[in-house]
Amino acid sequence: MTFFLVSSIVKMLFVFTMTMVGVALLTLAERRICAWMQDRMGPNRVGPQGLLQPAADGLKNIFKEEALPAQADRTLFMLAPAVAFTPAMLTFAVIPFAAPLPTRWGDVPMVVADLPVGFLYILAITSLGVYGIVLAGWASNNKYSLLGGLRASAQMVSYEIAMGMAAVAVLLLAGNVTLSQVVARQQAALWFVLPLTIGWIVFLVAAFAETNRVPFDLPEAEGELVAGYHTEYSAMKFSMFYIAEYSNMVTASALMTSLFFGGWDIPFTTWDETPPWTVAKTVATLAMFLAKTGFFLFAYIWVRWTVPRFRYDQLMALGWKVLLPLSLGYLALLATAMWYLHAVLDWAYGAKFALALFGLNAVLVVVLAWGVDRGRIVSGSMAGRRA
Amino acid sequence: MAITVKVMRRPSGEASYLRATLTGMALTFRHLFRPRVTMQYPEETSTEQWRMSDRWRGTHRMLTDEQGRAKCVACGLCPQICPANCIKLVPGEDEEGHRYPLIYEIDEFRCIFCGYCQEVCPEEAIHVGWHYENAEYSRDRFVYDLERLCAQTHPVSTLWDPSDPRGE
Repeated sequence: MTFFLVSSIVKMLFVFTMTMVGVALLTLAERRICAWMQDRMGPNRVGPQGLLQPAADGLKNIFKEEALPAQADRTLFMLAPAVAFTPAMLTFAVIPFAAPLPTRWGDVPMVVADLPVGFLYILAITSLGVYGIVLAGWASNNKYSLLGGLRASAQMVSYEIAMGMAAVAVLLLAGNVTLSQVVARQQAALWFVLPLTIGWIVFLVAAFAETNRVPFDLPEAEGELVAGYHTEYSAMKFSMFYIAEYSNMVTASALMTSLFFGGWDIPFTTWDETPPWTVAKTVATLAMFLAKTGFFLFAYIWVRWTVPRFRYDQLMALGWKVLLPLSLGYLALLATAMWYLHAVLDWAYGAKFALALFGLNAVLVVVLAWGVDRGRIVSGSMAGRRA
Repeated sequence: MAITVKVMRRPSGEASYLRATLTGMALTFRHLFRPRVTMQYPEETSTEQWRMSDRWRGTHRMLTDEQGRAKCVACGLCPQICPANCIKLVPGEDEEGHRYPLIYEIDEFRCIFCGYCQEVCPEEAIHVGWHYENAEYSRDRFVYDLERLCAQTHPVSTLWDPSDPRGE
C-alpha cells in the first residue's frame, strides 16, 4: 500500500512536470515553427535557440497587472481559468506512457491511474473542459467574450459526438476500455490506425475541433471576436488559458498515440513489450511515446500555420452533416465486418484479422477521398442550394 | 423574392478543399527548410543580402584638411539651400583673410536628410554620412556642433550611384 502511494505520487509529479515542461516548450515550438514556415527566425534571443523564452514569458505574465472588468462576475471570472486548466491536466492520468519500470519493490506500471473505465473517464473529463471557456465568456460580461464562449460550447458539443463515435470503433476492436489494454492489443498485432483508418481520420478532425485549434479556432477568432472568450483576461489568468489550450493539445496528441498509434509500442519488434522489464525498456518506450506525441503536436502546429479558419456554418455542417453520419456509418460497417470475421469465418483477433480490416479501410479511404474531393463539403454556403 | 447569388462553377481540382489543403501543407513544410535571410542586427550589421546602399543619407560629417581644420569656408550656401532650415552658420574671417565658420550647428531633428548641403558645398566639406545608429539620452544632444561634426569618422554618402555616370 505504501509502495502504491509513493509510486503514484512520484508518477503524478513526473507526469505533471513533463506536461508543464512540454507545454512551455510547445509555446516556443509553435512560435519558432510558425516563423520558419514564414521564412522568419522566431524568438531566438533568450537562451540558446530561444529555449528560455517560455520562462521569460511566464515571468512577465506573473508580474503584469491583472485587470478585473468592473461589470464582470467576480467569482466565476477568477474561477474560469482554473476550470479550463484542470481537466486538461486530469486527462493525462489514464494514458500509459512507457513499459513498466522494475524497482526493488516490484514493477511499476507507467500510468498514473490504470482505470478500468479509462476511456469513459477521458470522455467525461474532456467534456468538462468546455466549462472553463463558457464560464470565462459569460463571466467577462462582454459581448465578444460571450459569443466566443457560445461558439466554444456549440463546437465542442458537436465534435465530441464524432470523437466519441470514432473512439467506439477502437473500443470495439480492443474489446476493452482500459487504455493499457488498448495499447496491449495494438502491440499484439497492428497499430489501430491501419484497421481503423477512417476512425482515425474522424478522430483527428474532431480532436482539432475539441482543442479549438485552427481551422476550428472560432471561439477565439481574433478577426471576428477580438480574442473571444479570453478578451478580458490579462496577466497570468490569460496565460492559464494558453496553458490549458496547449495541455489539451498534448493530451489529444497522447490520446491519439495511445488509441491509434500503439501507445508506447516500438514497431517491428517485440523486445519492448515482453517481460522481464528493464530500465532500458522503460526509457526506450518512453522516448517512443514522446516521439509519436511530438509528431502529432508538430502536426497541430503545421496545420495551424497552413489552413485558414472555417466559417461558422461550415464548421457546423462539417460536424453534423459529415463527421457524425460518417462515423456512425463507419461504426455500423466496421461492426458488421467484425461480426463477419468473428462469427462467420471464425477468425480470432490477430494480424490476419487486422489486415482484413485494413483492406476494408483502404477501400473506404479511397471512396472517402473521392467523395470529399468531388462533394465540396467545405464550400460556399449557397453550394448546397444550387438548382 | 429570394436573393440569388451567382455561384462559380469550377472544376473540382480547383474547388477541392482536400487537395488545396494538402498542397498548402506541402508548401509550408518546404518552407521549413528554406535558408533564412534575416540579418541578426546587433551582432551582424551587414550581410551578403542586406547591405546599406552607398547612397544612404545619414547624420552629417564635416571633412577636415591636413591640419585638422574643417574644410568649410563659411560660404553660406548650405544654410541657403537647406529646405528644413536646420543649419546654423556664423562666418568668421582670420587675419590672412581666410573665411571659416565661427559657429556651425546642424539640428539633426529638423534635418530631412535630403543631402542638398553636400551637393551644394563647393569645398566638399559637409557631407551626409553612411551611418544610422543615432540614439542619444537627451534631445539637446541632437544638435551637432562643428567639433562633433568634424569628429565623426563614419564613411560619407556618395549621393549617386558610382556605377551610373549620369548621376554625377
